[in-house]
Amino acid sequence: MRVAVVKVFLGLLLTMFVAGPLLSGQLAEAQTASQTDRIAALEKQAAANKDAIAAAQTSGDNAWMLVSSALVLMMSGPGLALFYGGLVRKKNVLGTMMQTFAMMAVITVLWAVVLYSLAFGDGNAFIGGFHNIFLRGVGLTPDVYAPTIPSQTFMVYQLMFAIITPALISGAFAERMKFSAMLAFMVLWSLFIYGPMAHMVWGKGGLLNAAMGGRIPCLDFAGGTVVHVTSGVSALVTAIYLGKRLGYPKEPMPPHSVVLSFIGACLLWVGWFGFNAGSALAAGTLATSAFVATHFGAAAAAIGWSGAEWIRQGKVSALGAISGAVAGLVAITPAAGFVTPISAIWIGLIAGVFCYLMVVKVKALFGYDDSLDAFGVHGAGGTLGAVLTGFFANSTINPIFGAGKATGLFEGNGHQVLNQIIGVALAWSISIVGTLIILFVVDKTLGLRVSEDEERDGLDLSQHGEEGYDWAH
Amino acid sequence: MQKIEAVIQPSKLDAVKDALVEIGINGMTIFEARGHGRQKGHTEVYRGREYSVDLLPKVKLELVVADEMVDRAVQAIITSARTGTIGDGKIFISKIDEAIRIRNDERGEIAL
Repeated sequence: MRVAVVKVFLGLLLTMFVAGPLLSGQLAEAQTASQTDRIAALEKQAAANKDAIAAAQTSGDNAWMLVSSALVLMMSGPGLALFYGGLVRKKNVLGTMMQTFAMMAVITVLWAVVLYSLAFGDGNAFIGGFHNIFLRGVGLTPDVYAPTIPSQTFMVYQLMFAIITPALISGAFAERMKFSAMLAFMVLWSLFIYGPMAHMVWGKGGLLNAAMGGRIPCLDFAGGTVVHVTSGVSALVTAIYLGKRLGYPKEPMPPHSVVLSFIGACLLWVGWFGFNAGSALAAGTLATSAFVATHFGAAAAAIGWSGAEWIRQGKVSALGAISGAVAGLVAITPAAGFVTPISAIWIGLIAGVFCYLMVVKVKALFGYDDSLDAFGVHGAGGTLGAVLTGFFANSTINPIFGAGKATGLFEGNGHQVLNQIIGVALAWSISIVGTLIILFVVDKTLGLRVSEDEERDGLDLSQHGEEGYDWAH
Repeated sequence: MQKIEAVIQPSKLDAVKDALVEIGINGMTIFEARGHGRQKGHTEVYRGREYSVDLLPKVKLELVVADEMVDRAVQAIITSARTGTIGDGKIFISKIDEAIRIRNDERGEIAL
């Protein structure tokens, strides 16, 4: 029995010594073969995944950009229309809302026909060309502006900016401009001022385009210069050219519904996330950063304006709080994709107080009738925001000039402030000169202002034949 | 018969109505009105611009009551509409010659 056990044990040992290496060699061979297959399979899968990841990124980015486009349109449609509509007297509520709504229709068609091409088509440093008229070549594949979204998404997103920008001007000439003259003015203004400015700042080869190597790299993340400075300054020029409303400033012209304005301003705040965070043109970390900065800037500015009001008037008004928030949103727009949340709070606070003083003190000092403070909020806030961007821009948020290269003054790039000032000065000059010429032309052909009787009746009745509030029924 | 016209604070309307119903007065007509007495309104500030609002929202009640009800009605209105602050309103009383119920031609106090 014991011998048998020993035999089996020895046999096993022999098997292990002889067969072990043989067996393990075979196994190793088999393993090598399966490993190669597996790696090959993994590589194949990775290659397939790469496409899948790219596809997922594209659809993620595209989803965000389509939502952002809708958000920006919401800023015009209900947002600005309600904000401005509430600020005028009740006989002008529809006329004022129609000025924004008309932009949604008219600028859209103008954009498709020629304006997109002038803004984003190939051209020189100042303006695009006619290569993309009637949206030729603007299809469903990405182009140079945004590598992960269809160029039509980019095109429609930018369209929403082109709609709201002229609509902002309407706040300055509210309650006294002819509807026909307004349409002509807006079309010409978009062609000769918005198109070139958008091209200079954002277009291929644009003079001020920091992302695409413009000669004077100007930081304008979501349109501080392109949207707010141009519209705000043009608004001031228009208000002065047109003259004051009948009875201004003797006759009281308080807002007819701060409630409408309140809802409008809140919609603007929400929509602004699409405006600023959407300007990252992708659903990535930069969008998050811009989103956060936008929110913080608006909140701080609401506090800034309200605080100034509290000190000077002893009360915080609802209209003041919402005006402050809008001023902060304006000021943070150029900076949104370049600054930290805390910088955004500083920009907001400064903008809130600054715009309050512009609207309350400076307007009274010069006596112009910027009816709804389009200049005081957008022109002043946009200019301030663009300059402050030069101070606060930070390469850790957005290394636009290359990794680790100083972006703003606080990081050591003092030259950027100068660039920002040049960009703003250019926008001011183009807006002043261009708007004056356009106003002159429209004035001499169609006439700008409604008649005195029509102004007394209100724009709702005289321009549109209807009333916003029909109390009799 | 006498007509009582009372201009009161809008916020006191419910209290006044309840007080009148309690003493048995059911008929009344109410107008939304604007006006001011000696105090002359208040100031509103929109974006730094001051607007003086001197026509304030008020409610005007009109009721016609039998002569013996006048004092009780006036007292009910005064008690329920008083806040003690400026702008509480006024009451005016005048004589009424005739009252006619349109439905059945009843005349005089019975028509009230």
